[in-house]
Amino acid sequence: MSANGRPLLEVEDLVVRYPIGRGLSGAILRRPHQHVHAVSGVSLSVARGEMVALVGESGCGKTTTAQALLRLVHTDSGSVSFDGIDVTALSQGELRSLRRRMQIIYQDPYESLDPRFRVAATVAEPLVIHDIGSRSERRDLVTSALEQVGLAPAELFADRYPHELSGGQRQRVAIAASLVLGPELLVADEPVSMLDVSVRAGILGILDELRDQGLAVLMITHDLSTAARFADRICVMYLGRIVEEGPARQVIDDPQHPYTRALLSVVPRRDPRHRAEVQILRGETPNPIEIPSGCRFHPRCPIAIDACSETDPKLQAKAGASGHRVACIRA
Amino acid sequence: MSGALLEVEDLHVWFDLPNGKQLHAVQGVSFSIDAGTRLGMVGESGCGKTTTILALMGLLPQIATLSGRVLLDGTNILEQGEETIAPHRWKDIAMVFQGAMNAFDPVRRIGDQIAEPMELHGYASGREAQHRVRELLETVGISPTRAGSYPHELSGGMRQRAAIAMSLACSPRVLLADEPTTALDVMVQAQVLELLTYLSDELGLALVFVTHDLPIVAQTCTRAAVMYAGRIVEQGPTEALYHETRHPYTRMLWAATPDLEARDDVLSIPGVPPRLDAELRGCPFAPRCYLAASRCADDRPELHSVGAEHESACHFASSVEVVA
Repeated sequence: MSANGRPLLEVEDLVVRYPIGRGLSGAILRRPHQHVHAVSGVSLSVARGEMVALVGESGCGKTTTAQALLRLVHTDSGSVSFDGIDVTALSQGELRSLRRRMQIIYQDPYESLDPRFRVAATVAEPLVIHDIGSRSERRDLVTSALEQVGLAPAELFADRYPHELSGGQRQRVAIAASLVLGPELLVADEPVSMLDVSVRAGILGILDELRDQGLAVLMITHDLSTAARFADRICVMYLGRIVEEGPARQVIDDPQHPYTRALLSVVPRRDPRHRAEVQILRGETPNPIEIPSGCRFHPRCPIAIDACSETDPKLQAKAGASGHRVACIRA
Repeated sequence: MSGALLEVEDLHVWFDLPNGKQLHAVQGVSFSIDAGTRLGMVGESGCGKTTTILALMGLLPQIATLSGRVLLDGTNILEQGEETIAPHRWKDIAMVFQGAMNAFDPVRRIGDQIAEPMELHGYASGREAQHRVRELLETVGISPTRAGSYPHELSGGMRQRAAIAMSLACSPRVLLADEPTTALDVMVQAQVLELLTYLSDELGLALVFVTHDLPIVAQTCTRAAVMYAGRIVEQGPTEALYHETRHPYTRMLWAATPDLEARDDVLSIPGVPPRLDAELRGCPFAPRCYLAASRCADDRPELHSVGAEHESACHFASSVEVVA
């Protein structure tokens, strides 16, 4: 919590739509403009020292949500408040100073590092861009960022190029570059999905430690096992909406939304003897251009009733469980 | 296990490197698989999983040298190299490549692409091939009317099903699947795993499943082989590999894998696999192993029996901590 008792990041009713070109014939025939409804009213919060996992399938809007709250994409409506500052209302100049405090790391450390930059230059670049420190101060900051992510001694890595590093080491460099500015919020977009299983735990361990040191971490992942093990809270997204949200263990052990239940039922488990009833949903997520009426999940829902195609359920607290909310009239 | 549908014996693969050295990618791999069963092959990137199955398909590049035997119904198809492998490729042994769902030609209809291997291998052509395409699409759970669709009109999960349909074009008996669900969402992954299980249970396909994802193997395969540095270091029934782990590498892979309910610490495996362009001394896993002793430095452990159809290549197999 920040000084005023509010979470560091608060997202309220966020909406992001992308217009689709209707083409020349569409324009002549005056067909209505269509939109991809990427994010349709998402509310979430991340406190200092908390790791929140945003989980869901491809196309559910989790990456767009993250990009919108960092203002890497526009927002159509809703508010994003960072430490009490309305991010959506900032000028470019104001945004720039705020970006020092909120950073993002991406899925693919093979793509996110400039192959022509040595490690030290990559990690120092944010300092150069924000014009922070003298040359020797920068060197010290780079060294401590590298050691913070386990690339120690830093001198051993500082002069290397990305191609001389393993995937895990590259992701560590990317994290170091995001930490060098001393951010308060770190958004991690699928930080380990491109990495070998043998090094994933190391990267997740770094995020875990940063969280313990007070960083607010928003992790975007499709891997529920990782979310279960590392996150404090889990938000489950489906087609642009959060359908369930709560403390990680509660969401995993006592899922309320039929979508969450189905997702959890198909997560492969380590123990070959584990035999839970697998509930495979047929088809795939509908496209976000034509959103189903009522509850967005009702066409695939195993327990839908007639009312589900009419009523759009709101996220509501589950009786007797503080902080556990679900958007389902059947829950 | 004589009489298995496919038996691989002491398979070696060397790659010639531009610097004149050789990279010994597969160092004596042996396993067998019966019709209607599923074998998972797991291990880190670069441990030789993909090279092993490409060797079975005869699809390694020219810089590769092979030795060993690959017995299909007891006949060594490696005997005369390409000459003896080619007649079996796609017809007896087929493969779903990693990323196959993104490898379709974007400007040709899915049905025509699935029919291509049939025509190329003289399996079926014309109307017969078109009929077979519709059958295959139905088998993998795609509406036959989709034969006329272009790849971009299908979702990722459907393209992966179509890729599986294509591998089945010439009715193979062995299907090698290289990371068939990587990059798929968990629900679509579940659909594809269900399909692959159906193909082996109902159509009797022998399935070799290459993945780095142990839980997928745990839930899908009856047997598993763990590869490290070009060798199988542990193989056996999947249940035994989890409940009676007999190789420290397997133990550490499990520990590196988070589970939905287990609350044990998730631990990375320190260090990196050895380079395979120089002769290895001793156990190749020793530098990363929590059980390593002086003996491991120069005495390379061979696979030996540690239980029913269960083998481990570790001097201290019986000391590997049992997973609770």
